[in-house]
Amino acid sequence: MTATTQPTERELGRARRRKEDARLITGRTRWTDNISLPGMLYMAVVRSPLAHAKITGINTDAAKALPGVLGVFTAADLGAEGISLPCAWQITPDMKSPKAPPLAVDTVHFAGEGVAVVVTRDAASAEDAVEAVQVEYDPLEPVLDMEAALADGATLVHPDLGTNRNALWVFDSAEAGSGGDVEQAIRDAEIVVKRRFRQQRLIPAFMEPRSVVVDPTGEQLTMWSATQVPHILKTMASLTLGMPEHKVRVIAPDVGGGFGGKLQVTPEEALALLVARRMGKPVKWTETRSESLLAAHHGRDQIQDITIAARRDGTVTGLKVELIADMGAYLRLVTPGIPILGAFMFNSIYKFPAYRFASTNVFTTKTPTDAYRGAGRPEATFAIERIMDELAAELGRDPMELREQNWIKHEEFPFTTVAGLTYDSGNYEAATAKARELFDYDGLRAEQRRRREADDPVQLGIGISTYTEMCGLAPSRVLGALSYGAGGWEHASIRMLASGKVEVVTGVSPHGQGHETAWSQIIADRLGVPFEDVEVLHGDTQISSKGLDTYGSRSLAVGGVAAVKAADKVIEKARKVAAHMLECSEADLDFIQGKFTIKGTNRGVTIQEVTLAAFTSHNFPEGMEPSLDSDYTFDPENFSFPHGTHLCAAEVDTETGWVTIQQYVCVDDVGTVVNPLIVEGQVQGGLAQGIAQALFEEAIYDEGGNLVTGTLADYLVPSAADLPHFTTDRTETPATTNPLGVKGVGEAGTIASTPAVVNAVLDAVRHLGVTNIDMPCAPQRVWRAVQAARGAAKSTSEHTTETAAGGGLGSIDAQGGTQ
Amino acid sequence: MTRITVMVDGVSYVDDVEPRTLLVHYLRDKLGKTGTVVGCDTSNCGACTVHLDGRSVKSCSVFAVQVDGSEITTIEGLARDGQLHPMQQAFHDNHALQCGYCTPGMIMQAIDLLGDNPDPDEQTVREGLEGNLCRCTGYQNIVRAVLDAAEKMKPAVRAQQQPSTVVGGGI
Repeated sequence: MTATTQPTERELGRARRRKEDARLITGRTRWTDNISLPGMLYMAVVRSPLAHAKITGINTDAAKALPGVLGVFTAADLGAEGISLPCAWQITPDMKSPKAPPLAVDTVHFAGEGVAVVVTRDAASAEDAVEAVQVEYDPLEPVLDMEAALADGATLVHPDLGTNRNALWVFDSAEAGSGGDVEQAIRDAEIVVKRRFRQQRLIPAFMEPRSVVVDPTGEQLTMWSATQVPHILKTMASLTLGMPEHKVRVIAPDVGGGFGGKLQVTPEEALALLVARRMGKPVKWTETRSESLLAAHHGRDQIQDITIAARRDGTVTGLKVELIADMGAYLRLVTPGIPILGAFMFNSIYKFPAYRFASTNVFTTKTPTDAYRGAGRPEATFAIERIMDELAAELGRDPMELREQNWIKHEEFPFTTVAGLTYDSGNYEAATAKARELFDYDGLRAEQRRRREADDPVQLGIGISTYTEMCGLAPSRVLGALSYGAGGWEHASIRMLASGKVEVVTGVSPHGQGHETAWSQIIADRLGVPFEDVEVLHGDTQISSKGLDTYGSRSLAVGGVAAVKAADKVIEKARKVAAHMLECSEADLDFIQGKFTIKGTNRGVTIQEVTLAAFTSHNFPEGMEPSLDSDYTFDPENFSFPHGTHLCAAEVDTETGWVTIQQYVCVDDVGTVVNPLIVEGQVQGGLAQGIAQALFEEAIYDEGGNLVTGTLADYLVPSAADLPHFTTDRTETPATTNPLGVKGVGEAGTIASTPAVVNAVLDAVRHLGVTNIDMPCAPQRVWRAVQAARGAAKSTSEHTTETAAGGGLGSIDAQGGTQ
Repeated sequence: MTRITVMVDGVSYVDDVEPRTLLVHYLRDKLGKTGTVVGCDTSNCGACTVHLDGRSVKSCSVFAVQVDGSEITTIEGLARDGQLHPMQQAFHDNHALQCGYCTPGMIMQAIDLLGDNPDPDEQTVREGLEGNLCRCTGYQNIVRAVLDAAEKMKPAVRAQQQPSTVVGGGI
């Protein structure tokens, strides 16, 4: 056995550099597209160039005649007409669900939908074959505008459903008993502000394109996929495609980002499986970036009508939220539930006495939407933080002061909100105080006044976002109450190896988050073993047999806690063995830093010695299990509620519309921190995506329903040159609902930053008469808003100015984004 | 098919390639250099960046036949004598990667950037990396890593510093 020194330095809170990096910085990576198997075939998808059309003929002869082509298949050829891809969330009993076959059967419902697949000997031949498949279409009217889609007489995306309305989902605090009647609150209000906000359509744009390899030659069919959810994929593949669950093994090898975009059971995964079974050979499909932007699910896309009621003194009295949410053409895994994940968050950190939320979900002939970083909660945070600024403007109050007046004070926790959630902990005052100090709030306000008085062409705006979010998805009983198709638990197991090394198996499935490092720290601390002695295993259903994967900032708050609880079971088993070894009673043993010691003596055994004793088990008494291995399935009792204060100072050039973020400060409270390096990285990356929504990104369709932002030249994922330096800091208010005190950090930056930036842009030009600019706040949109406001100010006293749409950074197309 | 002779990561290869084969596909599919990855199809993302005769190129925008007689370095050939390149080390030290998909291209481009300007300021680094997209990090730690590497690669500093982490070691 290797001699081991017990560590003395605490791992939790330590800025460990990541274990994962060694392979990633040297190119020793295992992306799905790297996999090459003997006899492997290549699959490519023939996609519809039209948004809505009848398929009148598919001629595959020319494609089949090409060298290297082994097959061309339609839905009918694959027997896939009756298959429907899964949607796990029936949000209302009367929700309308269209059939969602992996290939279009007789009608295409969005541009980019698969119509046929080609199977070839090599990847290049597959691209040639796709070009050679001739499909004839009879075009139908595309359905692009959500409100028009809901009107009587609208063209129906799925005529068999009789409507384009997927569902109407309502939460009303008066009905729920968690608050008053919002209509009454609005009638009684001294001031009512109503605004319409637009959540533009976004694309997750993970850097690794999706890829899947299916090997049907073993006893278990093996599927490698660039997925966030190998466990869900296994179960759903089995339920959907008629494979017995124990005959499927799913592996998520190295996965290059996801952001919700790989939280899916995709048509291509189903197709690769069907084709591999048919051909009896391994099959690989890897998408191009253009395919990814076109056909992988999109995110956001809501019209938000927000009404806030308040007293003249600024006390908020009611909030009404009416959403129209675009499902796109089909329901994917959690599509209809995305707006619902925001339903409990619009009231945010404020003490509203009355609240109503209603989401009307609608089908259009666009790419299906689903989870994108934050999933429902960025939409909620944006709306509430924007309307709080609008209320402050109406009242002539400082927006920070108005927030302070209405938020939950730190001594009021735990606090049950008007949406029925109980926030266990938080300290909004502390986070805000720290952020203000780092930001020089008062100094920047003075600078803003100076520029306004001087009528400086470059104006300065200050944007605030004091957010909270619900993380750690999720207590199974809550998911049950929301009619979700699964629980929210997470699983972990710990294997104590003979040499004293430790394998931790987790059911979460990292794709960049650094779980291998963080879980090693957690378990090293708990078991008192060296960090280097812990190996974290994940992402292969043969190794990690049970799990619900990674999304919703759940991995640490649910999966990390499961690992802790499994470690505690290891210690309890080890205590029995140690007592036997030391010939004492279990009650006489202390377990400190990896060693069982008889109280009041220095006699003891290390956990490694106990593990070796269990391995040999030569003199174990009858009934003592010769193993310390343990597992645990943890179901959280509540969500966790990270919060924070984000402050953005933005310069707006009123002559060009150009927005420059001059300063960005955020102070986040994500509870106890396992690894500050990783937490900071998550916040910074989250900020980039939230800022990108505010300033750069938009999936734009033309009037024919074609995506015109189908490359990375058109869909503006920001580069290093487009983003500012961020000042990030933290306060730590531990969660009280889990033993680690952690809350989750994956989505915080994205959720908080978008409204902070847009509030800053508006704050810079509000004095000119601008009250709204749709996202992304691209130069042309900002410039037009300023021009329109100046024109309006000259001709009338009317101050409300809605802006024309415009593309993102660098776009000169004023037509974009109108759909 | 066209015959090419090319040195990749210190090894000489002679291969027949199709005229339309891109360098990145040659590296990945023929040579198994899967450390270099494909992130887009319009040369926007930079994930496939390698060094061609000492300068960075996006290997998706070069045909394999064009590199006949040339020397290519990929992320897999960067470490020397078992030691990480200072840029690799700096990416690790500064937590400049999360999912790691953009990392090979980002590191290769960052080295090229320092070749042009061994002592850049933050803005120069940001502009020098403009052709390489990362979706995870928000770039802050990447910029920090490049500035850190620039500092450590200065001749006076190099002479004093500790050897960097051994390739493949548990860093």
